[in-house]
Parts: sequence; structure tokens; C-alpha cells
Amino acid sequence: MIDEGLKSELRKQGVYVTSLQELYNWGRANSVWPLTFGLACCAIEMMAASMSRFDLARFGAEVFRPSPRQADLMIVAGTVTKKMAPLVVRLYNQMPEPKYVIAMGACAISGGPFKQGYNVLKGIDRYLPVDVAIPGCPPRPEALIHAIMTLQEKIRNQDLTGPNRPRHLNADVEGEYPVPAYGKTDLEPPKNPAVWQPPTLKR
Amino acid sequence: METLEQIKLRLEAALPSAKIEILANECAAGERSLLVDAASGFALAKFLRDDPQLKLDYCSNVTGVDWPDKELTEKIKVKQIVEGVEKEVEEVKKTLRPGCLEVVYHLYSMALKLGPVVLRMRTGNRADSTHLPSLTPLWRGAEFQEREVYDLYGVIFDGHPDLRRILMWDEFVGFPMRRDYVAPDDFEYEPTPHDEVLIEAKKHYPVEPKAEVKA
Repeated sequence: MIDEGLKSELRKQGVYVTSLQELYNWGRANSVWPLTFGLACCAIEMMAASMSRFDLARFGAEVFRPSPRQADLMIVAGTVTKKMAPLVVRLYNQMPEPKYVIAMGACAISGGPFKQGYNVLKGIDRYLPVDVAIPGCPPRPEALIHAIMTLQEKIRNQDLTGPNRPRHLNADVEGEYPVPAYGKTDLEPPKNPAVWQPPTLKR
Repeated sequence: METLEQIKLRLEAALPSAKIEILANECAAGERSLLVDAASGFALAKFLRDDPQLKLDYCSNVTGVDWPDKELTEKIKVKQIVEGVEKEVEEVKKTLRPGCLEVVYHLYSMALKLGPVVLRMRTGNRADSTHLPSLTPLWRGAEFQEREVYDLYGVIFDGHPDLRRILMWDEFVGFPMRRDYVAPDDFEYEPTPHDEVLIEAKKHYPVEPKAEVKA
């Protein structure tokens, strides 16, 4: 691995030195294609973010794909009801690796104002590995853009080798997540313990 | 538009076996409604739709109401002979109002630009006699809303073409909008609980006794 200081010094002299990892991640980070997928009012903000006023295209993420097979990023934009949750997980399973998840808004993070209700999932992180969470109800388009930039930062800094390499380069890791089944009052199982554990209280 | 009394008289003339009642409404709008019995509900609704003076061709809204069993207390003055002297004594009389499920239809006429006429039907009780006639054959727009009333209140609509749950999943047990519905206990830690959530939080996360402050 070439030294960062040397690299920048060489660049000043007109010699462009890079690594395969940097090039690969640069390409990936600048063409994150989200899935066209909205669940509630957050989706309206997501649409606004992709329109000309906020222009998500500046970040290479404007190509909303109508099929999970062509998408890299799932923006869970809105309230995930218990009825909808298995379908969300199934859509995620249908996406090819590498794939990322942004939980947009209070509902997708924690159930939001509907947390104590009987029909709303208390956060999509119970079933899916969430990369970036955006607070807000609903978050402004700028917040979504910030989340995309945070995700790009994460992609750029991913090592292609070693134990922390992304899932699609690691044959031992399973990319599919179990789809919960409908139960009598709740989903079964109510959470995926491999992804999420309830917080413990410190007093 | 005719008054509700006039409509009631004409309905009774058209269908003498029907039991129709005008329900008062104490809220500011004061919109009264027709309470009809379940057996003749369909025929009466058909009359309202086809009647040339009303032509209620549009059902804008279908909703459910849950009336649980309620004990009504009433104070009555009773004359009693106490120690040889007749006195008026207040007695508390308790009566049980049996519960039922109610379905409310708001009917308008697009042709004659009138309405709404509010139609109500009540089930026998809340447990086993929860059947009502479906008005979907008369107003197609009632289909999904009757499914919703079935889903959340448990009213079974006879004659509905496709009576399935619409908001909850098919495997779900219970009717969540009933007053006595108990949601599954899946409370989770809340950083800033208040009101009912605070009560739940105390139940699930009892506060440990504070550690003694060291001198």
C-alpha cells in the first residue's frame, strides 16, 4: 500500500498513483442505485431529493431502479408495518451484492410515533443490517443527501481484503436474511437475533 | 331534502315490517341518523338508493362503532315510609346496556345533490351474533370499507363478495379497534416514557433501589 503523503506529493507533480481498491470503491461509491421503494411520507421527501431542486444526481444516486435485481441501495422510507416487513426483507434478499440499507425517518429506525402500536414494526434493523439511519419525521431532502454521502464515505473506506471486507467478497457470509412469517399477533420471529439484540439498560 | 321523519315514514310505508328509529346526536353538528334493523337493512338501503325523490347513489363512507356493555346508573326518587313519615328517598338504579357493534353508512345523492343520510345498523351482540347484511351489492364503493370494518371490528357482512382482512394479515387473530382489544405485550425500552408508556415502562423495567451515596 502506497503512503498517503507520497501519493499526494506525486499527484502535485502530475503523477497519478492509485490502488485498485481506491479505484474500485470510487466507482462503486459514485453509482449507488437506489430501489424505487417508498412506504409513507418519507418517500415524498425521497422523491423531492431526486428532483431538480435537490438533485440527487450530483451524487450518482439518481437512477432509481424499479427492480431489486438492479439496485444497490434500499432506502426504507417510511413506516414499516408488520404486514409489510416480510416483503421488505424479501426485496432485500432479491438485491444483488453489494447492497446497502438506509433507514430513513423515525418510523424506519424505531417505529416512530407508532412504536407502541400493535401493527408497526419497531424498526427495520430487527431484520436487516442498516448502514445509515436518518432521524427526522420526515427528514429533509438534505438529510437524505447527507445519508447518501455518509454511505459513499463508508463505501470508499471499505477494505477489499481482510476480515472486514464487504459481504460480496466474502464467500463465507450469507447474504440472505430469513423472511419472518405472519403469526397470530406478531411476526415470527419478532426479530432476527443475528442482526439485532434489544438494548440493555445501564443504571 | 326531506326531513329524516318524512324519510322514516316513507320507509315504513314501503316496508311495514322494518324497525326504524331516529337517533339523536348531541354534538355540535347535531346530525341525526336512521337506525334500522339488520333483517330489513338491505331492503331499506335499496329503497333509499332507488327512490326517485332521494336517489342516494353514492356511499361516501362506511365505518364501525364498538359499543361495549355498559352499566348505566340512574338516580330515581322513590317515596318510602320511614318511621311512619312518608319521605322521598333517592335510589340508585343500575341497568346494563348490552353491547353491540354498529356500522354507519353515509349516503349522498350525486344526481340530486343532496345528503348526507346517515344509516346505522347494529349487531345482536359483540360475541356470536355479529352478522349484518352487506351493502356492497348496492354501493360497490363500500366493498373495501366493509372489509376494513370486518378486519378491525369483526362485523361479518353477509353477501359481501370478498370478505377478507384488508389491513391486518390473514393469520392475525383479534379485532384491534374493539374497545376491549388487548395488544400483545411487546414493550421495549423507551428513553423518555410518559403517560401510559411510563406505566408500561415501570412494569417492564422496575427501578432498582438507588445505590447509597458514599460519605
